[in-house]
Amino acid sequence: MSILVYTELSKGKVKKSSLEAVNYASRLAAQLNTTATAVIAGDADVADLGKAGAKKVLRLKNEKLKSLDSLYLTAAIEQAAAAEGADVIVFVYDFTGKAIASRLAARLKAGMVAGVVDNPVISGGSFTVKKNVFSGKATAVYSLNSTKKIISLLASSFPIELTANTAEVVDFSVNLDTINSPVKVKEVKQDTSELSLTDADIVVSAGRGLKGPENWGMIEDLAKTLGAATACSRPVADMHWRPHHEHVGQTGTAIRPNLYFAIGISGAIQHLAGVNGSKTIVAINSDKEAPFFKSADYGIVGDAFEVVPKLIQALKTFKAQQ
Amino acid sequence: MKILVCISNVPDTTTKIAFTNNDTTFNTAGVQFVINPYDEWYALVRALELKETLGGSVTILHIGGADSEPTIRKGLAIGADDAIRIESNPSDAFAVAEQVAAYAKDKGFDLIMVGKETINYNGGMVGGMLAELLNLPFVSMATKLDVNGTIATVEHDVDGGTEVVECPLPLVLSANKGMAEARIPNMRGIMAARTKPLTVVPAAVSNTLTNVVSYKLAPGRTDCKFIDASTPEKLVELLHSEAKAL
Ligand SMILES: Cc1cc2nc3c(=O)[nH]c(=O)nc-3n(C[C@H](O)[C@H](O)[C@H](O)COP(=O)(O)OP(=O)(O)OC[C@H]3O[C@@H](n4cnc5c(N)ncnc54)[C@H](O)[C@@H]3O)c2cc1C
Ligand SMILES: Nc1ncnc2c1ncn2[C@@H]1O[C@H](COP(=O)(O)O)[C@@H](O)[C@H]1O
Repeated sequence: MSILVYTELSKGKVKKSSLEAVNYASRLAAQLNTTATAVIAGDADVADLGKAGAKKVLRLKNEKLKSLDSLYLTAAIEQAAAAEGADVIVFVYDFTGKAIASRLAARLKAGMVAGVVDNPVISGGSFTVKKNVFSGKATAVYSLNSTKKIISLLASSFPIELTANTAEVVDFSVNLDTINSPVKVKEVKQDTSELSLTDADIVVSAGRGLKGPENWGMIEDLAKTLGAATACSRPVADMHWRPHHEHVGQTGTAIRPNLYFAIGISGAIQHLAGVNGSKTIVAINSDKEAPFFKSADYGIVGDAFEVVPKLIQALKTFKAQQ
Repeated sequence: MKILVCISNVPDTTTKIAFTNNDTTFNTAGVQFVINPYDEWYALVRALELKETLGGSVTILHIGGADSEPTIRKGLAIGADDAIRIESNPSDAFAVAEQVAAYAKDKGFDLIMVGKETINYNGGMVGGMLAELLNLPFVSMATKLDVNGTIATVEHDVDGGTEVVECPLPLVLSANKGMAEARIPNMRGIMAARTKPLTVVPAAVSNTLTNVVSYKLAPGRTDCKFIDASTPEKLVELLHSEAKAL
């Protein structure tokens, strides 16, 4: 019995969130006196999976897996779990995780908790995990009561630790002969931004206080200076000032970067719901009564059009001294 | 086209959250419940738009007690033809999926829609589980949906971008922002909703694989430190030395 963890590549490298998941699985494996096995589709270098704590890596092999179709992938992971005798399977709660983990849970009759933010607590016969509920206003401890368990992790909830460990990498051939997915991919639109919002360490976000799309130049400059991704509030996306995928909050993407800048955003509860997991929050707003200041660690009361260019300068000076 | 939309009943987003019974139960006293925004704004409204152009019917389904009937009536007021309430207090996502599957399996729905997630438990699990139980394809996080004959064309979010897929009906789909614009029920809709059929169905046997042991309110942030607008270099310094974020 090992702990299985589903991992993915992005641009030829193991995803950061996958390394978090492998770390998590290896800590869990240690608690249960077993080892963690990572599964991955694709051919890139996977040494990082070993460094993150996987004892073994199964490279899923089947032509049909080129498309990451959820029916094929679910079957592939099911077969890998059976081969490894894994009762616990760890996923990342990202788009792929959302498409396959719950399907697999129903197939295996496995209790599943999605969006987990803490290591499991195992004592006696009980197995509990913690997750955020009520859009970040509270946390809940869930007990998983079935033998088979699926844990889907909220990305950026755990620090990544790499060691000199190496994993044994073996090909795992998957049998998908009897499965023919009716879902045909017609078009893939790649996100053109360099940095994905959920993976970014620093996020620079701006709202209606910026007055119009033509004013986003300084926001992009600030993001560039910081090596950050850009985000926005909902009305900004609704008015098409910025693309929809930048919308963060309750009805947009939930993010938890290390550092979040909210510029000209009032701090409505629905916006906070998607960002209040950020480690450090900076709010810049011309209104000293803006609700965001109640949820921020650092605040500047001032006009964004004056503050942001000065902040960029200050950051450049700082970087030059480093 | 026969469409089923699963609607969940959730506390309004501005609700102050509190727990009782030693932090084991969500305190519903004084809480205003609404239809989960993803179920209402995106799934239900897009289902109604499809019905308006292609014909057919839109049924809403809720699993819960009689106290959620006001939310179900709102769904009817927005335009659903009829509603089903399964008399059960669902204990987890798997139990919800089993209830929906037991009801829907022999009803011949062409399309079953759920929201991307509920805003109270934020699970996002019912759709995939339901698809598996009904042995149907599942397209998650749909942002656009069109139907042409028996083929659905769906744009949906995937890691690193979006994907356009085609899939023959029947299909289970989870709705994300972008599918439609919210609709406000008008007076005629509200009047009509009073007489539209709302059928109560007894619960099927279901399994509970997980349960909540306890809740805890998220800690608030400590006081915000203000930096003068004329000295942003102080902010940079604090982010570096104090927050260790730079
Ligand atoms: C069910 C529901 C779900 C929602 N989901 C989301 C969501 O996911 N994400 C989201 O963001 N919103 C969401 N909303 C909307 C949310 O309630 C707010 O309306 C929205 O977040 C406000 O956006 P904003 O802060 O950009 O704009 P505003 O509220 O208009 O705030 C603009 C701010 O900019 C400041 N400002 C103005 N000029 C300047 C200047 N020159 N320099 C600096 N500051 C300036 C103002 O003081 C103000 O605080 C949702 C609402 C509902 C009902
Ligand atoms: N009690 C319920 N009754 C009907 N549908 C539900 C219920 N709970 C969840 N759903 C549906 O499942 C979706 C995802 O829920 P969840 O997996 O709990 O986040 C929701 O958006 C609803 O469409």
